[in-house]
Amino acid sequence: MLELTNLHKTFAAGTPNEKKALKGLSLSLDAGDFVTVIGSNGAGKSTMFNAIAGTFITDEGKIVIDGEDMTFKPDTYRAKCIGRIFQDPMKGSAPSLSIEQNLAIPYSSTKKGIFHRAISKKDREYFREVLSKLDMGLEDRMNVPIGTLSGGQRQAVTLLMATILTPKILLLDEHTAALDPLTAEKVLAITKEIVETKKITTLMITHNIASAIELGNRTILLDDGKIVLDLKGDERKNLTVDSLLKMYREVKGKNFDNDRMLLS
Amino acid sequence: MVNQIIGAVELGLVYGLMVLGVFITFRILKIPDLTVDGSVTLGMAVCAMLTNAGHPLLAIIIAFIAGLCAGSVTGFFQTKIHIPPILAGILTMSGLYSINLKIMSDGKPNISILGSDTLYSNLMQLTGCSKHTAYLIVSLIICVIVLIAVEFFFKTHLGLCICATGDNEDMVRATSIDPNKMKWIALALANGCVALSGAMYTQYMGYADVTAGSGTIVVGFASVIIGETICGKRGLSVGFISAIVGSVAYRIIIAIAIKTNLFPTYFLKLVSVIIIAIALGLGPVRAAFAAKRNKTRRQKANA
Repeated sequence: MLELTNLHKTFAAGTPNEKKALKGLSLSLDAGDFVTVIGSNGAGKSTMFNAIAGTFITDEGKIVIDGEDMTFKPDTYRAKCIGRIFQDPMKGSAPSLSIEQNLAIPYSSTKKGIFHRAISKKDREYFREVLSKLDMGLEDRMNVPIGTLSGGQRQAVTLLMATILTPKILLLDEHTAALDPLTAEKVLAITKEIVETKKITTLMITHNIASAIELGNRTILLDDGKIVLDLKGDERKNLTVDSLLKMYREVKGKNFDNDRMLLS
Repeated sequence: MVNQIIGAVELGLVYGLMVLGVFITFRILKIPDLTVDGSVTLGMAVCAMLTNAGHPLLAIIIAFIAGLCAGSVTGFFQTKIHIPPILAGILTMSGLYSINLKIMSDGKPNISILGSDTLYSNLMQLTGCSKHTAYLIVSLIICVIVLIAVEFFFKTHLGLCICATGDNEDMVRATSIDPNKMKWIALALANGCVALSGAMYTQYMGYADVTAGSGTIVVGFASVIIGETICGKRGLSVGFISAIVGSVAYRIIIAIAIKTNLFPTYFLKLVSVIIIAIALGLGPVRAAFAAKRNKTRRQKANA
């Protein structure tokens, strides 16, 4: 479903601020994989997501999504098959538009012709149905500007927006990090539910080791622009927070002490 | 006095679509577009030439299309060569000055269309109604047609995406829609409306003048703000109507002020600027007062 081959990206090349963010990163995902991504700050997790989403074109390497070579495609083209959610709940929706209008933007974008009505009666019923599944009472507030919702509610709606047309790849960039623990748990549960029912190939960055182990079927650890640990199947089944940290320690060696604080 | 008010309403309706154009860029796209000064004159120039050639209706339609092109140029400057929005508008506006002179019979600064058929004179001949009735009816019909078209347009998916672009560009980008295209379309549409309004002005006044557009943008901003004060900020549909209402209200206020010798005619632009500054400053001033009150209240409570 997703093939990343030997990706390289250097920022500010040739200046004193040169930063090699990706150093030959390769990753292959099967359809329906739910991969949790961990790693310390600056390991290249978000850079990897940006590379996949097309925020920049990589210096080297190849990106293939569902058999289609996306290496040189612009971000707006790739967005047709990629859903992406950021840490900041404010980033994923238009605050002065209503909930239903926000949902209609991705949902109606595949309809034929540019002058079709944005929201039909049928659409509205469908939106009501998907919103009611969130169990947040939003289905009765569909005309409310989304800027008046709380961060958790907004993030949940953003999740719906990203998945309302089933994307081939879903990128979750610490999408619960800005939420309080209870809301974060709820949004994670909704994420799990949607990803499992729609069988979306998903990559989720998290700093919460426990949820990295609990969610999904595969865990990768990024360090210094490369994937240094790739756990799946039996190896992952018996994983605990401590054993994962131990593995990380072995990989990182003496730099670990700094990272322990960031990870746990 | 009544005559002045009637004249103000007529002029307000003629300029209503210009204000609608300003509303689209200023309130929906949240970009102040300074192309307006040039595109309104472009509409006047195109309309004057075609009206004199004997095509009053075609004149208005072609003026609209000319406005679309002017807006597209600003869109091109903004999105393709990344010129900051304000500068992009100024560039197009300045360039249009030469183009407008070129359109107006190779460099004549003004053209009279007195004696040629206009939409207004056509209605007068057709129904035998008075001059002022014709002004009101024709202007109102054009405004309503454009209002309905714009209202319909912003109910479509494309219109919704334009609203979202003004609101949160990142989110639009993340849903596979190119926000640059949306800006481009909105700028074109807005300047189309502005030029259409310029065309109506030419047929209403009976002449086109290359300097007639200067300061239009200030009038546009002032009218948008006055309209919002009257109608409130309640969604897009109300917003479109409030643009026309604001335009008429602005003209009435000015007419009354001039009639009562509050200020001479040449103070118009200064007064517009003061209206805009006060209206935009109201929010921050209110917040500052609230903060001050909060501070004194708590200081008193502590003392």
